[in-house]
Amino acid sequence: MDTNDSLRVASLWHSMHAISQQLSPTTGCSGIELLEADTFDLHCFQSLTGTKFFVVCEPGTQHMESLLKVIYELYTDYVLKNPFYEMEMPIRCELFDINLSQAVQKDRVAMLGR
Amino acid sequence: MIGVGKIKQYSNVLDKPLSKGKQEVSLSAFAFLFSELVQYNQTQVDNIAELERRLEDAGYAVGARVLELLCHRDKGNRRETRLLGILSFVHSTVWKVLFGKVADSLEKGTEHEDEYMISEKELLVNRFISIPKDMGTFNCGAFVAGIVRGVLDSAGFPAVVTAHFVPVEGQQRPRTTILIKFAEEVLTSFSLIVTLFL
Repeated sequence: MDTNDSLRVASLWHSMHAISQQLSPTTGCSGIELLEADTFDLHCFQSLTGTKFFVVCEPGTQHMESLLKVIYELYTDYVLKNPFYEMEMPIRCELFDINLSQAVQKDRVAMLGR
Repeated sequence: MIGVGKIKQYSNVLDKPLSKGKQEVSLSAFAFLFSELVQYNQTQVDNIAELERRLEDAGYAVGARVLELLCHRDKGNRRETRLLGILSFVHSTVWKVLFGKVADSLEKGTEHEDEYMISEKELLVNRFISIPKDMGTFNCGAFVAGIVRGVLDSAGFPAVVTAHFVPVEGQQRPRTTILIKFAEEVLTSFSLIVTLFL
């Protein structure tokens, strides 16, 4: 998935998230947290600043919320503390990529063990 | 320090004893501050060499002050006169105070007589920084190189200090080496002292 495609998907998700917040019949709704489809699940985590992290996984995968929180921590560490990262730009930080793949790998291994 | 429960009131702030200071500072706070320092300097310069020089100058100021403070606190106002003495001082004491641990290694250069190297697996200042590909060999460790240069210069051992990335096999991230090249007069005076005693 190249940069343009991921930008398109991300903007699509951002709009859907915002619309769902308005459409919700319950008050105080903060947007979509989980989207379940036939072939995939989409978990979304929204930080206090409104930045959204979403992960697309196989249906029925457990513990995605904790993974999203770990990813949020990695984001604050390796992206926000990087002086060469400009806000709102696609993330091109080597350390972030390395640690992200490590976190996903660890999660995968942990899940196979259960 | 205003408002902290004082036992003795000092009329002159210069009479107050130097405190040991807080031993620990938040790493995140420092990381954000350092990131801002780099970003600010990036807006002021046109090229990478200039950016490195600015970071080094910032470190130089820190180094000069750190030497004064440590000489007073840890060494009882004695000053180092030997080359190896000042190098091991930088390698252990300065590193311990600034980064919480001693440097990984101190080596003498094989090619030239006046070169020494302090290596570190990963400098604390570089911990959260990923250099973009188009910046080439730029290293934010220039700040630490500046600190070392400040300490050496103020101690009377003028040197040219630079920070380099050295790729290591089997490791994704390269290790960082601070290369210290002493000026001519340091080595001649050193050998002069040795010959005088012989």
